[in-house]
Amino acid sequence: MEKMTEQQFRTIGNMLRKRSLWMLHYCTGCGSMELPAVGTSRYDMERFGVVPYITPRQADILLVTGYVNTKTLRRIVTVYEQMLDPKYVVGFGSCPINGGVYWDSYAVIKQLDRYIPVDLYIAGCMPRPEAIITGFMHLMELIDKGKATGYKRYKENLEYYKENQRKVLE
Amino acid sequence: MVKNILIAIGLPLLAFGIGISFMGFKRKIGARIQRRYGPPFHQPLLDIIKLLSKKSDISHGIIYDLGPMIALGASILTIFFIPIPGLKLLTGSADVIALLYIMVIGSLGMGLGAGESANPNSSIGIARALTLMFGYDLPFVIVIISVLLKYHTTNLYAITQAQAGGHWAMWVLPLSAIVGFIVIYGAMGEHPFDVVTAPHEVATGPMAEYGGKHLGLLFIDHAFHVYIELALFVDLFMGGASNIGWFYVKMFVLFLIIVFFDEVLPRFRIDDAVRFYWRWPTIIALTSLIIVLIGG
Repeated sequence: MEKMTEQQFRTIGNMLRKRSLWMLHYCTGCGSMELPAVGTSRYDMERFGVVPYITPRQADILLVTGYVNTKTLRRIVTVYEQMLDPKYVVGFGSCPINGGVYWDSYAVIKQLDRYIPVDLYIAGCMPRPEAIITGFMHLMELIDKGKATGYKRYKENLEYYKENQRKVLE
Repeated sequence: MVKNILIAIGLPLLAFGIGISFMGFKRKIGARIQRRYGPPFHQPLLDIIKLLSKKSDISHGIIYDLGPMIALGASILTIFFIPIPGLKLLTGSADVIALLYIMVIGSLGMGLGAGESANPNSSIGIARALTLMFGYDLPFVIVIISVLLKYHTTNLYAITQAQAGGHWAMWVLPLSAIVGFIVIYGAMGEHPFDVVTAPHEVATGPMAEYGGKHLGLLFIDHAFHVYIELALFVDLFMGGASNIGWFYVKMFVLFLIIVFFDEVLPRFRIDDAVRFYWRWPTIIALTSLIIVLIGG
């Protein structure tokens, strides 16, 4: 019975939590160009409670827009570790998935998921605002079902992620 | 006794409800002015629930933890000094003067907490907050003095009673009311005086290092703050109200005008803001004070 109520409590918590996602956009590449369109009058992501916020402490989503080179990876890891649980990472565009057009660059990392846990990818080069909003809706669905557990994975597999980060950064 | 306990619990809840509804209205109206659909009306409540249900939290020391609580406690104390229709809790003599002092404690609590976090943005934000308070307190005190002189009392409840029957202080002292209206913008941190939390300059200022439950408390404090500023203006200049519904309507009309200006104005620099406050509102407030002194 006690377990049941705890489960219900968590479900209600997820249900409410998913409607208020504060986003920290780490604009590394060209992807940031699509975000003003998503945020302003035409597509208005505030309808779903997604609002850009300023500091890592306040944010829930880390949005990595575009390619990540080794220099910015260090900052991304710092920012990610400063955020408070539960936190989610969204890889935006094709660059965080497989390097995109920088697939053979020596300075760009190819898979973001090897360095910090990514909960959701929005594919495309560039994804249109509709795709971004669909992506956020999908993230809300994952949070509602309790499947967006990237922050837990990072804690459990800290050695793996730190090892990969060390290989690139040192 | 039981009634007092009920009031002590009920009044902050009522203030929170009113404040949070205005925060919801603000986001919705702001969105409509920008031709957006806007978030749901209860979005600020969802934000607070989300912040309070964050699983991990960070602390930079005891004062950092106490800062939001001092601010929240000061806000709750202030609420008991402001008469609402049908209730006059803690209204003795000279409560307006006590109110002036208590309203400062919230900013100081936030200043202590943010100072502890050692974030440069927080420090700049707090310096700005205290400087801005220095700016708007001068005209505000002059306005309060002219209202007190006009009604020959320092009791806020007596002031609202004296305005009964449509003789609002707004019509009797129009210049003071205008200055009071301008002071609200600074006290609430709305445009053009939102230098304290300016997100693009100082990364939300004092709140830069706060997150999770601390930030949730600060949001609740903000809801109280919205209620306090509006209720104080309604009591001082719009004659209070005979029932709570009418009180809410008056606050809503006032808030609507504030939001309309807030959404279309840009931001002052901090030095410009203080210079503005010490020039035009102060001159107008002094003129009003002289008129009260001559005309009686």
